[in-house]
Amino acid sequence: MNWDWSAVWDFMPRFWDGVLTTLQVLALGSLISFSLGLVWALAFRAPTRFVRWPVNLITEFIRTTPLLVQLFFLFFVLPEWGLKFSALTTGVLAIGLHYSTYTAQVYRAGIDAVPKGQWEAATALSLPAHRTWFAVILPQAVRRIAPALGNYVISMLKDTPLLAGISVLEMLQQSRLAGASTFQYTEPLTVVGVAFILIAYPASLFVRALERRLVR
Amino acid sequence: MTAGLWQHWVLPGIWVTIQLTVYSAALAAAVAFGIGLARTHRSRLVRFLAAAYTEIFRGTSALVLMFWLFFVLPPLAGWQLVPMWAAVLALGLSYGAYGAEIVRGALNAVPPAQREAGIALSLTPWQRTRLVLLPQAVPEMIPPFCNLLVELLKGTALVSLLGVGDVSFAAYLVRLATQDSAEIYTITLVIYFVLAFAITRGMKALERRTKANLGVAK
Repeated sequence: MNWDWSAVWDFMPRFWDGVLTTLQVLALGSLISFSLGLVWALAFRAPTRFVRWPVNLITEFIRTTPLLVQLFFLFFVLPEWGLKFSALTTGVLAIGLHYSTYTAQVYRAGIDAVPKGQWEAATALSLPAHRTWFAVILPQAVRRIAPALGNYVISMLKDTPLLAGISVLEMLQQSRLAGASTFQYTEPLTVVGVAFILIAYPASLFVRALERRLVR
Repeated sequence: MTAGLWQHWVLPGIWVTIQLTVYSAALAAAVAFGIGLARTHRSRLVRFLAAAYTEIFRGTSALVLMFWLFFVLPPLAGWQLVPMWAAVLALGLSYGAYGAEIVRGALNAVPPAQREAGIALSLTPWQRTRLVLLPQAVPEMIPPFCNLLVELLKGTALVSLLGVGDVSFAAYLVRLATQDSAEIYTITLVIYFVLAFAITRGMKALERRTKANLGVAK
């Protein structure tokens, strides 16, 4: 085995650029998935089935098909429809959209877990719908939801390398480029693999602690 | 899309995707049971090693692992894995770590009195696991394993980045040949949806049969 530490140091500037891009994708992707997930979750509870059924079908379709193919779909098809985005924006949109279908289920479970009496109390107090949601239901649901959302952020982190498929310069793509220019893949790919474990493991410990604290 | 493209690329691609799913699922199931049982072992060292395995393989991305096995392993081990087997190994080892948590959870969910009954009957630890715990835990594992299998099916799309001719790679080639992205990628998404639907239905039937065979109340 020939492990070359100089190749590791040479890779570091690229690696940090990759880490920044990965974190950027993660932050924006989380923002989209958390917001859009809430929209889906509220649509699941729409009074008419003409809204509920299509929303169920769309979210089920997105959830059961691969993120990579969705990424290619958005990357190659949107320009045909006159919507031209950068690879990074397309990647963020794909990750946000894909994970919104998972977070929607989390919101749904969290909202369903709020005791029925809380809805009745809000009705008894004649609270308008937006006050019922934002002052009564969602604050209670968030306690149950937060740890599950945290788990999906970790899953999202592990899916960011897929963006290398459309040449977004995240960690994996940076290691591929470093390998292609020096013909040494061992060090960059190992650094990236270890980096994932070093980020994901403490993050999962944090989510578990959050779960113990919030969900009683 | 012409019949020729279907015949030469898409249908063989679907077959490769199915093969990849089956091989990776078999490896993942073996790893899941091995590591899941090891996590409930009496020895602290065995439990620690099994926990380390799950944390490491759940901590990293399956795609990074796939690339590592394909590009890094050859110079280290001195032999080259064909892309297909690098993919199967990466998917099986990764999803096996998730499966191990399912096995552990299901084994821990069996009431402690069942284990105690096994001890009272002087069964060895392996006999207790095999004859008392696993038959009760297996029906509980089927729904989460169904979700995992759908995730695994979706995960097989990653192999297209190594050039394995699965349905995603076929889509890439057909897009190059026809310059029509919308049609081929819509068809590809529908193919995955149908395969996932088939898996879900198949696993539901298996769950019903397993519960009926084991006499577990529905």
